[in-house]
Amino acid sequence: MSLIVKTVTRVTIGIIFLFGGYIVAHGHLTPGGGFAGGVILALAYVLYVLAYGEKETRERLSMKWASIIESLGGLLFLFLAVLGLAGGYFFLNVLPKGTPGDIFSAGIIPLCNLAIMFKVGAGLFAVFLVLVTFRVAARKEEEE
Amino acid sequence: MINFLPMFVAVPLGAAFLMPLLYKIDRRLTDLLGNLTTFYLLAASLALYFFLPADHLMIYRVGGWAPPVGIILVLDGLSHFLLLTVNLIAALATLYSISYMNLYTSRGKYYTLFMLMVAGMNGVVLTGDLFNLFVFLEIAAIASYALVAFGCESEELEASFKYLVMGSVASTLVLFGIALLYGLTGTLNMADIARSLPANAGAARALITVLFLMGFGMKSAMVPFHAWLPDAHPSAPAPISAMLSGVLIKALGVYALVRILFNVLGMTPQLSYILMVLGTLSLLGGVLLAIGQWDLKRLLAYHSISQIGYVILGIGLATPLGIMGGLFHLFNHALFKSLLFLNAGSVEYRVGTRELKEMGGLAKKMPVTWATSLMASLSISGLPPFNGFWSKLFIILACVQAGRLWFALAAVIGSLLTLASFLKVQKYAFFERLPSRLEAVKEAPWIMGAAMIVLAGLCLSVGILFPYLITFLVNPAAAAVLNGTGYSRLILGGL
Amino acid sequence: MFVYLSCVVLLLVGIYCVAVKKNLIKIIIGIGIMEYAVNLFLVILGYRQGGTAPIIQPGAANPILVDPLPQALVLTAIVIGLATTAMMVAIAMRIYNCYGTFDITKIRKLKG
Repeated sequence: MSLIVKTVTRVTIGIIFLFGGYIVAHGHLTPGGGFAGGVILALAYVLYVLAYGEKETRERLSMKWASIIESLGGLLFLFLAVLGLAGGYFFLNVLPKGTPGDIFSAGIIPLCNLAIMFKVGAGLFAVFLVLVTFRVAARKEEEE
Repeated sequence: MINFLPMFVAVPLGAAFLMPLLYKIDRRLTDLLGNLTTFYLLAASLALYFFLPADHLMIYRVGGWAPPVGIILVLDGLSHFLLLTVNLIAALATLYSISYMNLYTSRGKYYTLFMLMVAGMNGVVLTGDLFNLFVFLEIAAIASYALVAFGCESEELEASFKYLVMGSVASTLVLFGIALLYGLTGTLNMADIARSLPANAGAARALITVLFLMGFGMKSAMVPFHAWLPDAHPSAPAPISAMLSGVLIKALGVYALVRILFNVLGMTPQLSYILMVLGTLSLLGGVLLAIGQWDLKRLLAYHSISQIGYVILGIGLATPLGIMGGLFHLFNHALFKSLLFLNAGSVEYRVGTRELKEMGGLAKKMPVTWATSLMASLSISGLPPFNGFWSKLFIILACVQAGRLWFALAAVIGSLLTLASFLKVQKYAFFERLPSRLEAVKEAPWIMGAAMIVLAGLCLSVGILFPYLITFLVNPAAAAVLNGTGYSRLILGGL
Repeated sequence: MFVYLSCVVLLLVGIYCVAVKKNLIKIIIGIGIMEYAVNLFLVILGYRQGGTAPIIQPGAANPILVDPLPQALVLTAIVIGLATTAMMVAIAMRIYNCYGTFDITKIRKLKG
C-alpha cells in the first residue's frame, strides 16, 4: 500500500481504538455495549492488515495471543456469572450499583461488556486472519 | 440443591473456553478435561433424581428475576428425561473419542466444539423461555455444523454446507415464528405465552404452528425435510455421528417440537393427525431408502430417519400409551443408534473403509465389535428381550387402541424391513469370507470397546428391567407432556 | 400492516435466492437476506406510535418509548447470523479449494 494510506492509517487507528473503547465503556448508558465495541476494535486490526500486510500485523498480535485473549474473555464472563452465586442466584448483579447515569454503576454489567469486548474483538480478528491466510495459501499453489 | 440447574450449561461452557488454553500446554489434558466434564454432567443428572421435590418440578430464576419478567430454567419430567439421555450419550462418546480422535488432528478444537454442543443441548432442554431456547438451539447447531466438516475432506465439506444451508433456513423460520408469538402475546416466557394466547387467533396460530413444524421438523429430520441427514451423519467422525443421530436431532428437534406444540400452543386433533402422517412417512421412507444402501454409515443415517418417524408417530397419537411409547423409543433409539454408529466407527478405524462390499468375516477378528453390533441390530429391529421390542410394541398397541389400524400396519412393515436391512449388514460385514487384505485386522482399542460394551449392556438391561425404568423415567415425562397447557399453571402458580 | 407484508416479501426473496441460485456465494447472500428480513420484522414489532429511543434520560419527563425487548432479541440474532455467515464463507472457500468451482451442480460427490 502507498505511503499516504500507511500514514493515514497510523493516525486513525488510535482514534478507532478510542472510539471502540468509548462504546464499550458506556455500554450501560448509551446504545452499543460489548459486541459493537468488540467489532470496532477488531476492525482496527483489520485496517492495519489492509494497510501494512498480514505479516506485520501478526508481529503486533499473533494468532496465539488472539486465541489466549479470546479464551480469557470467555472465562471472565463465566466467572462474573458464577460470582452471582455468592449472592444466591446465578448471574445476580452483586457488585454495588451506583446512581443511574453514572459511568461506575450498574453492578457487573460494565465488566461483562469488557469480557465480551475481549472475546468478540480477538475472535473476529482471528476469523479474518484465517480467511485471508487461506486464500493466500491457495493462490500460492496456483502460481507454482 | 437449588443452584444445580445452571451448572449444566455453565460447566461445559467453561470447559469449552478452557480447551484452547489447555491444548497449548499438553494435548492429553484436553481429553482429561472433556471426559471429566461429561462424567460430572452424567453424575449430576442422575443425582438430581434424589433431590427432587414431590411433583418432579424444579424452577430456577436466573439472576433472581421472577417470571414472567426474567428467564427461568425449568426441570420437569420431560426435561429431566432428555437431560439424562443427552448426558449419558455424551459421556460415552467422549470416552470413545479418546482413542478414535487419533485419526484426526486438532483435538483441542474438537473438544471445544463438542463441549459447546453439549452446553447448547443442555440449555435447550432446561430453559423455560422461548428466545433462550432459540439461542441455545443455535449454539448447538453451529457447533454441529463445524463438527460435521471436521475432517476437511471434499465430501465432508459438501455435506456440511448442505446441512448448514438447510439448518440456517430452518432457524430463520423458527425465529419468524417466535417473532409472531411475541407480537401476539407480548411475552417470551413459555408458560406465560400458553396462558395469554388469545383464543380467537386462529389464523395466526395456524401460521405459527406451520412455521415451527417446518423449522423444528427440519432439525429432527422428518420426511419432507430430511435431505441433509444422509449426507451429514456419515461424514462426521464416529462419536459425533453417534451424538448427532443419538441426541442432537432429538434434543433440538423432537423435544422443542413437543414442548411448543403440547405445552405452549396446545394439541388439537388436526395437529395430531398431521404429526401421525409425517411420522409414518418418515418411517416408511427412511427404511425403504435404507435397503439399497451399501455404505454402512449412510444406511444407519437412513434408519435414524425411520426411527424418528416411530417417535413422532407415537407422540402424535396424543394418548397416554402413545406418548409413553414414543418417549421410551426416543431413549432406546439414543442407546442403540449410538452403539451402531460407534461400531461403524471402530470398523472404520481398523479396516479403513465404510463400504459393505469390501468387508467380510470380521466376526472372528473383532469379537467385541461383532457382539455389540449384533445386540444393537436386534434392538433396532425390535426383537425380544431387547429394549427396541418393548417400545415398538407400545407404539403399535397405542395405534391399535386409538383405532388407527393402517398406521399400526405401517409400523409393523417398517419393523420387518428394518430387520431385513440389518440382517444384510450383519451378513456382509461380519459373516462372509474374510478378504485377504484384511488378515491383519485386530480388535478396536480397549477404550472404544469399553464404551460399546456399556451401551450394549444398557440395551439389554433396559429391555429386561423396563417396568422400573418406565415408572421412574418415562411416566413423569409423559405426564408433563399430557399436562398440555396446564404447564403454565404449574410454572406460574397462582399468578 | 403494509410494513409487515414487505418484511414477508423480503423473506420470500431470500427463500427464492436460496432455492434457485446455483452459485454458493449467492446462496450465502440469500440466507443473509432472510436473516435481515426476520430481524427487520422483529424491530418493527416493537414500534409504538410517536415513540423515541428507549433510553431514560435522568431529569426529563419520560416520553413514549418504543419497546426495547425486540431490539435486544435482534442484537442476539445478528450475532448468531454473523457466526453462521463466517462459517459458511469458510466452508465455501475450502470447497473451492477441493472442487475448483462454486457451481452446486458440479459439487455432487454424495449421491443416493
